[in-house]
Amino acid sequence: MSAQPLAADVAIPLIPRIAYPKSAAPSTIGAPTIEKETRTKEALDLPWYVVVHNDPVNLMSYVTMVFQRVFGYPREKAERHMLEVHHKGRSILWSGMREPAELYVQQLHGYLLLATIEKVS
Amino acid sequence: MEIRRRKNQIEISELDPFLAELLRQIPASANTEGAPAAEQRIFSPPANGKDAELCAEWKMYVEPELRRLFQAATQTVGADLEQLNGNEKSFANRTLRIPTKHADAWLSALNQARLVIAAKNNFTELELNDHLRSPIGSRRDLSLFQVNFYGFLQEFILRETDF
Repeated sequence: MSAQPLAADVAIPLIPRIAYPKSAAPSTIGAPTIEKETRTKEALDLPWYVVVHNDPVNLMSYVTMVFQRVFGYPREKAERHMLEVHHKGRSILWSGMREPAELYVQQLHGYLLLATIEKVS
Repeated sequence: MEIRRRKNQIEISELDPFLAELLRQIPASANTEGAPAAEQRIFSPPANGKDAELCAEWKMYVEPELRRLFQAATQTVGADLEQLNGNEKSFANRTLRIPTKHADAWLSALNQARLVIAAKNNFTELELNDHLRSPIGSRRDLSLFQVNFYGFLQEFILRETDF
């Protein structure tokens, strides 16, 4: 299975921020210093995938409805993911930080779908 | 049996005693007690067993919440099904009216029941797609019919409540 996320929900890499010194002389502009910004633990954590697995019992229309409700996807996109689950056995519905990924999985379990979170290796 | 949407209700009329009994069995069918396969399906792990810490936390904090959610849905459905327990002749056809505001509870309870029955019977995908199989042959055939009948109701509720 080589399911790829359909949405580009992955985090944007951190860009070093340019900081201008406040104590620069009034008539001169000091050379900008570049602060090194360390990545937060959460950023290092990325990405986590929310994966839905195939289940022969759940109805296709029901699964589509759940994707629309949980992720707010339009019907067409929800159906595309549902069909990917059906044909390929799994679909990556969302990617991002761990905490919201866990919350999505919890919601999907509330609708009785087989869902897991996976860290991309 | 006839099923139609009437304003804020889904009405299932001309319910013969057999189908009425199948409906009455929804809450009991959704019960996972004494069926480890069903329990495992309804409360599936959140991480394919690779993240032991998450799975342990999930069991402790999330699973009880899910259990309450599922139980609330079957209780709502159970209360709606009390309409079928009247003093009419036991062989008379019945009518069941489901308020559309209970649609979510019905979708959940029907899904729970379908998943539990399928897990208990270990139905294959081939069997689940065999919609023409007669319910008369065996207990297994009857269970399969039950799964398909509940699926039909789910489809109707989904369509009529227009999610």
